[in-house]
Amino acid sequence: MLYDVAIDGKNYRLDLNRSGGRWFCSLNGQDVEVDAVLVRPDVLSLRIGNLAYEVKSERVANEVYLWVGSACFAAEVRDPRSLRGRSRAGDDRGPRKIAAPMPGKVVRLLVREGDEVEAGAGVAVVEAMKMQNEIKSPKRGSIQKILVGEGAAVNAGDVLAIVE
Amino acid sequence: MFRKILIANRGEIAVRVIRACHEMGIAAVVVYSNVDRASLHVRKADEAYPIGGAAASESYLSISKILDVARRSGADAIHPGYGFLSENAKFAQACADAGIKFIGPTPAAMEAMGSKTRARQAMEKAGIPVVPGTPRGVESFQEAEQAAARIGYPVMLKAAAGGGGKGMRLVHAPDQLKSSLEAARSEAERSFGDNEVYIEKAIVNPRHIEMQVLADEHGNTVYLGERECSLQRRHQKVLEEAPSPVVDPEMRRRMGEAAVRVAKAAAYTNAGTVEFLVDQPDNGQNKNFYFLEMNTRLQVEHPVTELITGLDLVHLQIRIAAGEKLPFTQEEVRLRGHAIECRIYAEDPDNNFFPSPGKITLLLSPSGPGIRRDSGMYEGWTVPIDYDPLLAKLIGYGSDRDQAIARLTRALGEYFVGGIKTNISLFRRILCDADFRVANLDTGFLDRMLKRPQNSQFDSTSAEVAAIAAAMFAALSSTTTFEGNSQADGRSPTVEKTASNWKSASRRDALR
Repeated sequence: MLYDVAIDGKNYRLDLNRSGGRWFCSLNGQDVEVDAVLVRPDVLSLRIGNLAYEVKSERVANEVYLWVGSACFAAEVRDPRSLRGRSRAGDDRGPRKIAAPMPGKVVRLLVREGDEVEAGAGVAVVEAMKMQNEIKSPKRGSIQKILVGEGAAVNAGDVLAIVE
Repeated sequence: MFRKILIANRGEIAVRVIRACHEMGIAAVVVYSNVDRASLHVRKADEAYPIGGAAASESYLSISKILDVARRSGADAIHPGYGFLSENAKFAQACADAGIKFIGPTPAAMEAMGSKTRARQAMEKAGIPVVPGTPRGVESFQEAEQAAARIGYPVMLKAAAGGGGKGMRLVHAPDQLKSSLEAARSEAERSFGDNEVYIEKAIVNPRHIEMQVLADEHGNTVYLGERECSLQRRHQKVLEEAPSPVVDPEMRRRMGEAAVRVAKAAAYTNAGTVEFLVDQPDNGQNKNFYFLEMNTRLQVEHPVTELITGLDLVHLQIRIAAGEKLPFTQEEVRLRGHAIECRIYAEDPDNNFFPSPGKITLLLSPSGPGIRRDSGMYEGWTVPIDYDPLLAKLIGYGSDRDQAIARLTRALGEYFVGGIKTNISLFRRILCDADFRVANLDTGFLDRMLKRPQNSQFDSTSAEVAAIAAAMFAALSSTTTFEGNSQADGRSPTVEKTASNWKSASRRDALR
């Protein structure tokens, strides 16, 4: 079974098969001796050769992170047979969503629709855990739309505004 | 001794007090707000009573609701924990009026220490060194200007009713004074309903060192050694240790005796903490310490003192409140080893320390030699957005500071909290920092460390391990059974005979 894996944006191709209780693995075309035990959901005990690793899987919003020791990697797995490459929007052009980084309550809006903002300018203040946090614009532009009102409860990832 | 104690708090401290109750054969009653039904303190308690809305003002700060539960449950004492009502003299008085013992100092002692300006006046009278400043709040800008000029810049503006860094402003030069004074006043008014602001000399990069005291109701007061609390962010403590690496036995005795005088001046009973600022003269002269304030409650960081003294402060609080005498004298207090505490907060150190409430999807907790964990979280629990982000305290103990650091570093490596962000990675940075290792600490330490760029090298070996694991997780989640399923993907079993090739082609070296 083939997997295309992106780890912090770097691509790897894995061929992973299982037979007779053993794993057969190749990483970018090179064979690797691997033995794996899922010790509990989201925790994998890996042996690569005789080196032992414990890898933790964490799902936050829609992203998957893998922890190898204290190093954390954003992971994306694609089955190449269902090739529908998701390209990551990384450029600065076009509208960008400004999302709440954590659940909380919108205590103040600092801009109005149509306002021009600089990159890093405060857009809204969201309160969570007794702390008020200013949510900043990721880019320079004009506020195209505001999707929440003052006093609204928001979840992590909810879009507060769109900057064009 | 009490039969039943009501704990007017939540989170890790409520669990801490429940444990002490159970160790002493006392039933533990808790209260909880609407969003805390599934909290750990409710799970561990003997009785639990709902008291209303998520907002603390409707639940954990409601004196009438808490006293009502005390009466209904038949509790004979109330432990307030820290925060919430713990330093509220009105609450202590209301408990006394209801015939329920408040586990803490008397309302009068709390009031004497509750106002920073009044506490300063009392301390000056008792001969305790205080930071030079105005004895009471300044009335006008002109008065502030004259006072600041007399004291000498830089000066610190402080709310008399303050705490937690609110209503505080550092002023470097006269032209900043006016705007800072206005800002401090309005913040004090908003936070405490009292706009009294006084002026102190700002001690640049001081150490923040506090002394634990314990007083029974028979006139005996002892000190239990100091805690170094210089590692702070926005005036909030992040990491504490005991003993302080800069306090020698002679300085400890002087500070301890001063702290005992402070407590006696206020007729203080039960556990309390006297905070001092300590300057760091570069000329090799003795360090000076100045009275800062007294905290009239159990502190978050009390475990480091417990570990180096071998005492249980919550047991002692309960025994003192029940009228017992202190079971030891000052001479019998012995300090042994070194302890360091990390406050594990639900906040993201890589994103400006944004709070990060949410569901804990995976929790792996450290254990082993020299590790104590006081936690209020569990796997599957959703951290509510309504309260302080403190999740747990991880404390390392060793025969000396280096061993405590080594154990704590090891334990942080075992700690994993998935689903929400925590500041665990911040502690890894602190513990391996060269200045921290040599105990070169002051209250500006963390801000300086956080300004330095992190060398976040891409670790290609770990990334390859992650790549293999990513595919492995995907493969395992697509097959319902794992162990013993020999044909997970329907591939031909002929790969079997090539097994030795796989072995010989091990990329062990490449992955090393």
